Amino acid sequence: MTAVLTKSTAHSIVEASPRAKAVAGGLVILYAVITILPLLWIVATAFKSQSDAIAYPPKVIFQPTLEGYVNLFTVRTRQTPDFIAKLPPPETWYDKLVRQRDMVIAGPSKVVPRFVNSLIIGFGSTFLAVFLGTLAAYAFSRFRIPLADDLLFFILSTRMMPPVAVAIPIYLMYRQLNLTDTRLGMILLYTAVNVSLAVWLLKGFIDEIPREYEEAALVDGYTRLQALRKVVLPQAVTGIAATAIFCLIFSWNEYAFAVLLTSGEAQTMPPFIPFIIGEGGQDWPAVAAATTLFVVPIVLFTVLLRKHLLRGITFGAVRK
Amino acid sequence: MAQIRVENLRKSFDQFTAVEGSNFTIDDGTFFAMLGPSGCGKTTTLRMIAGLELPTEGKILLDGEDVTLRRAAARDIAFVFQLFALYPHMNVAGNIGFPLKCQGMGRREVRERVQETARLLRIEHLLSSKTSKLSGGDRQRVALGRAMVRRPKAFLMDEPLGALDAEFRHLMCGELRDLHDRIGATTVYVTHDQLEAMSMADQIAVMNKGRVEQIGSPQEVYDRPASMFVADFIGSPPMNFLRFESGLRSGDRAVAFHSVSVEVPEIREDHTSAPLALGIRPEHIRFADAAPVRGEVFGAEYLGTTQIVTVDTAHGRVAARLPSSASVRIGETVGLEFHSERLALFDVGSGLAIRTANEGIARRG
Repeated sequence: MTAVLTKSTAHSIVEASPRAKAVAGGLVILYAVITILPLLWIVATAFKSQSDAIAYPPKVIFQPTLEGYVNLFTVRTRQTPDFIAKLPPPETWYDKLVRQRDMVIAGPSKVVPRFVNSLIIGFGSTFLAVFLGTLAAYAFSRFRIPLADDLLFFILSTRMMPPVAVAIPIYLMYRQLNLTDTRLGMILLYTAVNVSLAVWLLKGFIDEIPREYEEAALVDGYTRLQALRKVVLPQAVTGIAATAIFCLIFSWNEYAFAVLLTSGEAQTMPPFIPFIIGEGGQDWPAVAAATTLFVVPIVLFTVLLRKHLLRGITFGAVRK
Repeated sequence: MAQIRVENLRKSFDQFTAVEGSNFTIDDGTFFAMLGPSGCGKTTTLRMIAGLELPTEGKILLDGEDVTLRRAAARDIAFVFQLFALYPHMNVAGNIGFPLKCQGMGRREVRERVQETARLLRIEHLLSSKTSKLSGGDRQRVALGRAMVRRPKAFLMDEPLGALDAEFRHLMCGELRDLHDRIGATTVYVTHDQLEAMSMADQIAVMNKGRVEQIGSPQEVYDRPASMFVADFIGSPPMNFLRFESGLRSGDRAVAFHSVSVEVPEIREDHTSAPLALGIRPEHIRFADAAPVRGEVFGAEYLGTTQIVTVDTAHGRVAARLPSSASVRIGETVGLEFHSERLALFDVGSGLAIRTANEGIARRG
């Protein structure tokens, strides 16, 4: 009886018991391992030789090589050992590496322009979506707009079907407008898809900012636009950062439209990476190298904004 | 410093009319309180004066100049918000100096003005702190500083003490009034708290359902309420109403309250027979054994110097404010004697006061 009593009085609703903490910690670690392991495997595979990459059982310890990266950045042709022997000595370390495999470098691969495409399209559309989204969200949040709820629903409804469902009409439209395989076309498309998300997310954030702030600024001598820029935006930074990350992740990873609408000039990384597989056997290290490089900007962007992201996700949950 | 005039001001949101045909003038240097329950239109009126809301109809004049359609920034008035609305990304000095920066004033001049304002509010030591670290009272002072620094024509305050705790509110009431007296600027102060309005204002406008029910000094509003709403809203406990039906004639000095004749101040208007209400402030009731209006004591609230005794009469429950020395037993039957010169009469149908010798000037505005 007494034992039960002490136990129930010792229990606190605020402080978790050590066992609960251990279980929670264990689960988080388990989840982290499950999600990080494939990433680590990809990073490791990028440094393996082609045979190590497909070895069975899989090799955890291996001789690291930069072959995957070299293959990713170059186009090579296979030559006879005689031909290679007659060549002048290799000028660089990667020339040497390639010649060991009886090949010579014929030129740079398309990975750099593709990567640049991804950067321009990804960040361009993110910027546009967040910019337009902020203005729209501010308007929805602050002004009495006729049919505001219906408009908001309409904006959201663009997200209710899989985007690929409209692939054919968009393809035909783009062909008419000469937007296929252009960066502008891809930026417009991703912006259109992201803007709905941005409006909804940002409206939530801006709703949380008391309108007295900008009213105070209005009375104190600012115009509406100045008040938005100097008073509202600094406080919405958190929401804007969170929204930007979500938008960037979408446009960065988007595959279906990229395959459909780009083939050369404006091709982004997602459709480019699978192409690597096709060139001269299954070059998993090169694919892994491309994937690793592909992930880096998103990771950097997220790490840079993570302070905001954390606050952004919990924003509004707790009233300060 | 300015006179504010509001003419036929009306504001409706879709179906709902927030403010209906308000007319009043606030003289230069007046501390003017708008008092009423929530949703009565007082804040909407204030926001229209500020330029944060456009009126549906009517005019707003600042010093005789029509500013109805002018931007808030162009009206040269300052607004103090209930939640202070201090910019969280600036420190105290940044907040106070903000309006000057908006006007494009030079940095050194801004600093001097901020210093001067801070000295006036005694918050110099806080200038470099973050606003989030301040107590409620200091935030209030910073908000006031931001309003004052520009030396505007008028201050508009929307329940500025609403977010403070009771003790501090009392202190700030004194400070605000003191500040007003020193600066002498016209102040429009919105509140739902009658104590704030009564203790600070020169003039009070009591609002209800979008209408101004009465405008007058605190004494006028309390002693000579123009309507049953005002009588009920102001005073704690509110004025007692005892219903009866009778006709009135100008010159009468007593009314036939059921079977009893009750003395009232001389009546100044004729009135056909209608449901009426006798309005009695709790402090104008005494217990007298011989009095013809009788009731049974229902309960007593001890308040220190006085006590509020509720008495059930045949015509309704009445609250009386008696000295706490009076001994009262629950359940005993007592006679109620009224201070006849201070009684009010209302027409229940319209809710308006009937003119008597007690009433004199104040009428619905």
